Amino acid sequence: MSEIILRTEHLCKNFGGLKATDDVSLEFERGKVHAILGPNGAGKTTLINLLSGELLPSSGRILFKGYDITDARPEKVSRIGIGRSFQKTNILPGFSCLQNCWIGAQSCLITSMRFFRPAKHLRMVHRRADHALQLCGLSNKRNQIAGTMSYGEQRQLEIAMMLATEPELLLLDEPLAGMGTEESQQVTALLKELAKEQTLILIEHDMDAVFSLADRITVMVDGAELETGSVEQIRNSQAVQDAYLGHDEEDAA
Amino acid sequence: MHTVTRPIIIFLCLCLALLLLFPMVGSAFYTGLVTKIMILSIFTISLDLLIGFTGLVSFGHAAFFGIGAYLLAILFGDLEHINYWWSLTLTLSLTGLAALLVGWLCIRTSGIYFIMLTLAFAQMFFYFFFESPRFGGDDGIFMMNKPEITLATRQLVDLDNEHDFYYFVLAWLVGVYLFLSMILRAPFGHVLIAIKANEQRVRALGYSTPHYKLVSFVIAGTIAGLAGFLEAAHTSFITPAYLGWHESGMAIMMVILGGMGTLFGPVIGTFIVVLLQDFLPNFTEHWKLIMGGIIIFVVLFLPNGIAGLIYSISNRFFSRENSGREG
Ligand SMILES: Nc1ncnc2c1ncn2[C@@H]1O[C@H](COP(=O)(O)OP(=O)(O)OP(=O)(O)O)[C@@H](O)[C@H]1O
Ligand SMILES: [Mg+2]
Repeated sequence: MSEIILRTEHLCKNFGGLKATDDVSLEFERGKVHAILGPNGAGKTTLINLLSGELLPSSGRILFKGYDITDARPEKVSRIGIGRSFQKTNILPGFSCLQNCWIGAQSCLITSMRFFRPAKHLRMVHRRADHALQLCGLSNKRNQIAGTMSYGEQRQLEIAMMLATEPELLLLDEPLAGMGTEESQQVTALLKELAKEQTLILIEHDMDAVFSLADRITVMVDGAELETGSVEQIRNSQAVQDAYLGHDEEDAA
Repeated sequence: MHTVTRPIIIFLCLCLALLLLFPMVGSAFYTGLVTKIMILSIFTISLDLLIGFTGLVSFGHAAFFGIGAYLLAILFGDLEHINYWWSLTLTLSLTGLAALLVGWLCIRTSGIYFIMLTLAFAQMFFYFFFESPRFGGDDGIFMMNKPEITLATRQLVDLDNEHDFYYFVLAWLVGVYLFLSMILRAPFGHVLIAIKANEQRVRALGYSTPHYKLVSFVIAGTIAGLAGFLEAAHTSFITPAYLGWHESGMAIMMVILGGMGTLFGPVIGTFIVVLLQDFLPNFTEHWKLIMGGIIIFVVLFLPNGIAGLIYSISNRFFSRENSGREG
């Protein structure tokens, strides 16, 4: 078995009386795509928020490469190599695409508390920002104001901003949500490409994408882990059928 | 981000040329008035760093203006010879320290709470000076002499000479403008502007945003202290009113009227407001009403202030020069 890059131990998060994350102990292997499924309100986003430092857990631990990052704030988590994208598009709408990615790319500096030389002379930052745009197919939009782009393009930019920080581990919260078929295929191809080098934790409702991308799948219900296993195992699991996939078909019907 | 297009640069150079020539034609009274406006402009530019670029609406910025002024008057007011370099260094470091303490507490909050907290701190400083007889209480405090700017026993500028003082302040105004332009173009500035747009996302991209906000607060406070230092040296008379919320409010108004997030906008705003305050009373005793009307008009019809208007005019006439500026 390969190296565990990220591990949670008995992770809990309560919002008042609601257990949004309920005793979740998961292991994520380096280099794999680990998808997290679950019905609406299952606590998937909350889990990502805990891993990325956006929320502090009520109890439990998070270990990244063996280091305890339970109490790390978002900026720290980002700096040690964990990037995240948001389910609800979270970009700088008044800025151009390049400027959006620039902020991500500039975090490669040890500190941005630099006051004298103009930032535009930083070639390395340019390269990273351009690379991220290119990966997400936004090179030809680099000077367009983000807020004026289509919804799907904004979703792609959301991913590009995270990629500009060049993370080792990517937390992707429904990257395909609201995208058209073509864009969706593009992004799925991009995720496949990324998966060759990086570790992905992927939340996604699009079953085709999940089954084609994922190495392992965890199904969550009501904040707790229901089952974890290979794609085949999850596809054939009765418990999962009942709890989730069943719902999905009902919804579709 | 903060891109200044070529037409704007030409416009700013023209303004600078006018300011350079003005004392040769203007009366002593108006030279003094414009000096005062330029000092206030240094103050409002520093507020623009907070409001327009960092997204921190400080309602207590006048406190640092007042602290700078009082420090010069208290520490050096009764000296026969005031060493400019030494008094400036001490005044600015202490004002910066005050900004660090206030900022350290205030930047933990945001939105309306930040506004209230900065206001509360400023009022605290106001009452401190208002109620301390040692520092003149509500009567204020006088300075006997002006700082002497010498280098190796040679006098560089004579601050007792109104013309010299004018050019001295103008040099500071240009210096502050260039300094802030520089830090806004640097990596630091890019992070600030992004924080204003979406702080949560900037944090998630790996920046400890509170540190950046604090540094911005300290820089702005120190520059406000510089304006206070110049004001105290200019008028030789400081009262607690300089620290009041009224002054902070006026400064916010000048920034918004002139166009926040542009640096030069607040300077224009300051000129317009002070000159209107000077001219309008000649025509009517209801001038405050007219003033209010003008402000309402600008806010309603020029959402980006006068600077926004200048940008759109320059974009229309020089549309080839596509600016990537955003509001
Ligand atoms: N900040 C919060 N305060 C209170 N309750 C919250 C908060 N964030 C999430 N919750 C609740 O926690 C539960 C899990 O929410 P979460 O957003 O993690 O679900 P999800 O699995 O991402 O759902 P979806 O598929 O709709 O995105 C929900 O019942 C939600 O209402
Ligand atoms: Mg969610």
